[in-house]
Amino acid sequence: MTPRHLLGATLIMLAVLVPPAVAEGQGRGRGGPPPGSEPRLSPRQIAPADLTGYWVSVVTEEWRYRMLTPAKGDYQGLQLSAEARKIADSWDPAADEAAGHQCKSYGAPAIMRLPGRIHIVWQDDTTLRLVADAGTQTRLFRFGLPQPAGPRTWQGASAAQWETLGGGRGAAPSPAPGASLRVVTLNMRGGYLRKNGVPYSEDAVLTEYFTVAPLPSNGQALIVTTVLQDPRFFPQPYVVSSVFKKQPDASGWDPTPCSTTW
Amino acid sequence: MERSARLRSGLLVLWVFLVGSLASAQVDLSGSWVPRDSRTGNNLNAVDYTGIPINDEARIRALSYAPAQISMLERQCQGWPPYYLAIGPFGIKIWPEMEMVRGATISWTIGAWEDRLPTQIWMDGRPHPSRNAPHERGGFTTGRWEGNTLVAYTTHMKAGALRRNGTPSSDEATMITRFIRNGDRLTVFAVVEDPIYLTEPWMLTKNFQLDASPLSPVGPPCTPAFEGAAGAGRVPHFLPEKNPFVGELTEWFGVPREAVLGGSETLYPEYRKKLKDQYVRPEKCLHDCGGPAR
Repeated sequence: MTPRHLLGATLIMLAVLVPPAVAEGQGRGRGGPPPGSEPRLSPRQIAPADLTGYWVSVVTEEWRYRMLTPAKGDYQGLQLSAEARKIADSWDPAADEAAGHQCKSYGAPAIMRLPGRIHIVWQDDTTLRLVADAGTQTRLFRFGLPQPAGPRTWQGASAAQWETLGGGRGAAPSPAPGASLRVVTLNMRGGYLRKNGVPYSEDAVLTEYFTVAPLPSNGQALIVTTVLQDPRFFPQPYVVSSVFKKQPDASGWDPTPCSTTW
Repeated sequence: MERSARLRSGLLVLWVFLVGSLASAQVDLSGSWVPRDSRTGNNLNAVDYTGIPINDEARIRALSYAPAQISMLERQCQGWPPYYLAIGPFGIKIWPEMEMVRGATISWTIGAWEDRLPTQIWMDGRPHPSRNAPHERGGFTTGRWEGNTLVAYTTHMKAGALRRNGTPSSDEATMITRFIRNGDRLTVFAVVEDPIYLTEPWMLTKNFQLDASPLSPVGPPCTPAFEGAAGAGRVPHFLPEKNPFVGELTEWFGVPREAVLGGSETLYPEYRKKLKDQYVRPEKCLHDCGGPAR
């Protein structure tokens, strides 16, 4: 490599490595606003990742537990307490139906695992809305606001936070590849983690990480890692990741009612 | 002439520094990571291709596979391909190899397990070997940082299996693996492409948690021994339509045979609607149900 080539390559490398903030600062010049006077940016404005759009679930793992409703008493792979096993062994979909609990297996800890499509939009500058067509369920992820108290619901109350470099939390320049949205959900009604009556309790704490990753051929994947802490029914936290693929439009969007048997 | 040489030396030093900056870690992945994943493995049934976008050729090969093949003397120690990172039951130890002067990360190593070779992820910008270079069981892997995610790209793997039940992978398969750290949790997201046996990329995940107890960076030595399953010169296999396990998932769990045999269509929600009229849920679980013995 000649010095001229080396110099060219070095300049390109420098251009890649110069922090964008430095470049912006230089462009602003002396006439820019004084430090600290910039308007506070909303979670939507600082979003380091774009989660919005239509996503379709891709069921490559636990196929027969997700695509089909397993038989009563099938809780393979799950570490359950004796109390949870007792509940699972007495699963009665007809009784759930009669009690109006058709959506018991569509709660926040289970909904991301169900085959279907999700649609994510910014409801406002501080709230992401996720709608799942399976069971026609809506989740609201609120940034930085105290969660409204109220009756327990299947989807509970969710607090969201961008999680960026090094596992830290807070504001980040956008976009930041690999950044995750961390969502903590409380105040849920007790429901079913699997459609065949494997339970979670109303004391459960659900933590989720939503991360977008590129796929071959310009595709995009959404990886949702679910961590359910529910010591009453699960001696160890329940942890799974579910994968979605981005769609260009609403093709296949098919809102369906909840079902206790299918 | 002397000035040109000095300029060249100076630029080289700067260049090495800049490349080192690009290769340096954004997140520390080093440590012992134990598996913390509640999903049920798909390695239990001899014929279970659910969730894999295989083509007809892969299906035919998979159905000819007899599990006794890994008892053959020459196959006992071959180990599983790098996909096993996401489907195996083990924890992983990860550590960096550092360049001692500037502290740049030359590579990340994922330690071995008893039937999986170590993976060295080269971070120093070296290219992949030529297309005609020999393939290794562990393949050849390079890495780069995308924000706080380590992205590894693996090529040059030997033909092997996507699942331990003989679902085949070819030596043209490649894998992109993302290591996503959130606090003390690590999510591995792998995307496997195989132009010979897959009709679309196959996506896998596995979750780990950082643990204070050190895992071994190496697997135990493998010593082949006669296991009584196969005589010399014979490869255990099943002839077409003779695989005795093909009906197992249907008989035990009611899974329609077409779904048992996998394929792209079976991965998406539309296929679930197709199953609605075919599936008869068994009244009670009688096989591989989990929980205490019953």
